[in-house]
Amino acid sequence: MILLELFISYLKIGFFGFGGGYAMLSLIQNEVVVQHGWITAAQFTDIVAVSQITPGPIAINSATYIGYAVAGFWGSVVATVAVSLPSLTIMVLLTKFFLQLRHNRYVAGVVKAMAPVVLGMILSAALLLIFPESREDASFIDGWSWALFAAALLGSWRKVNPILMILLSAVAGIVIYYIF
Amino acid sequence: MAELLKIFYSFFKIGLFTFGGGFAMIPLIEREVIERRGWIAKDDFVDMLVLAQSAPGPIALNTAVFAGYKLRGFAGAMAAVLGVVIPSFSVILLVAIFFANIRYNPVVDAAFKGMRPAVVALIVAPLMGIVKGMAWWAMVVVVAVGLMVWYFSISPIFFLVAGAAAGVIYVFLTSRKAKSDQR
Repeated sequence: MILLELFISYLKIGFFGFGGGYAMLSLIQNEVVVQHGWITAAQFTDIVAVSQITPGPIAINSATYIGYAVAGFWGSVVATVAVSLPSLTIMVLLTKFFLQLRHNRYVAGVVKAMAPVVLGMILSAALLLIFPESREDASFIDGWSWALFAAALLGSWRKVNPILMILLSAVAGIVIYYIF
Repeated sequence: MAELLKIFYSFFKIGLFTFGGGFAMIPLIEREVIERRGWIAKDDFVDMLVLAQSAPGPIALNTAVFAGYKLRGFAGAMAAVLGVVIPSFSVILLVAIFFANIRYNPVVDAAFKGMRPAVVALIVAPLMGIVKGMAWWAMVVVVAVGLMVWYFSISPIFFLVAGAAAGVIYVFLTSRKAKSDQR
């Protein structure tokens, strides 16, 4: 039952999605590319690119997109609801008990210990995009790719707006790979 | 009901204009929820950010739940979540429906060839900035988790649970030591 599988996968992604955005990429990647093979690594990168230039959190965007790709309209509804449910329940509980919890040293300890794990997850997402399993999935196809990567890295450090950077790299891609 | 609609509308706007997710939307929420509506006090806002970042799930969604719940309980939280989710859901659904047909158009394909390395750079850039300031043991954890999740395809959930457990054990041991030192 594909809808149930989608629901469970995205429930897991929502429940363990600590660190938001980029950290969740590695979880999503693990579920939809590695475990279920619903999309390829290259398609995954495309979805991340699309998420950057459309509104909303990446987790929601990917849920809607992959849900649709796997099981049509209801797939997108099921995946989007599933990824939102843990946030909704956990945050309601936390908001209710927040004042008591805030100064609990165990809560503080867990949050602190999980920070490097979350960063490790971001690193793994990047590694999987740089070194994919098959050649068709490659994000880096020639010297131009590395030049664009370096330019975007520099841009990020200089705090250039990420939407602008994605749009500029799209224009650069059209100039390099289509016009020439 | 009127207030629920207002909550929905405010978060709908926030959802519609948040590009790039998470941190990009914080100033937007600040303007809408604190300055325009006066729904949340400035001090509560800082608490909300801390909470939204420590809890699992997208930060945008978590802040919506917090603000909605504070205002009108569970119904408020639902209104805020629907507001923040519906714009991105509809936009992506349209993209998903039409994207398959244009994905292999040569111009679109060339554009994506250009975007992919930039996407990787966007992921790598904040990582390098944060890791530089960390303790050596934390850097080791970052690299070890990154390599194991990537190379051996181990689920990151395993490392999250292990990290949480390590945090609890560490606090337990250090607080016991502190107690015995006092005696």
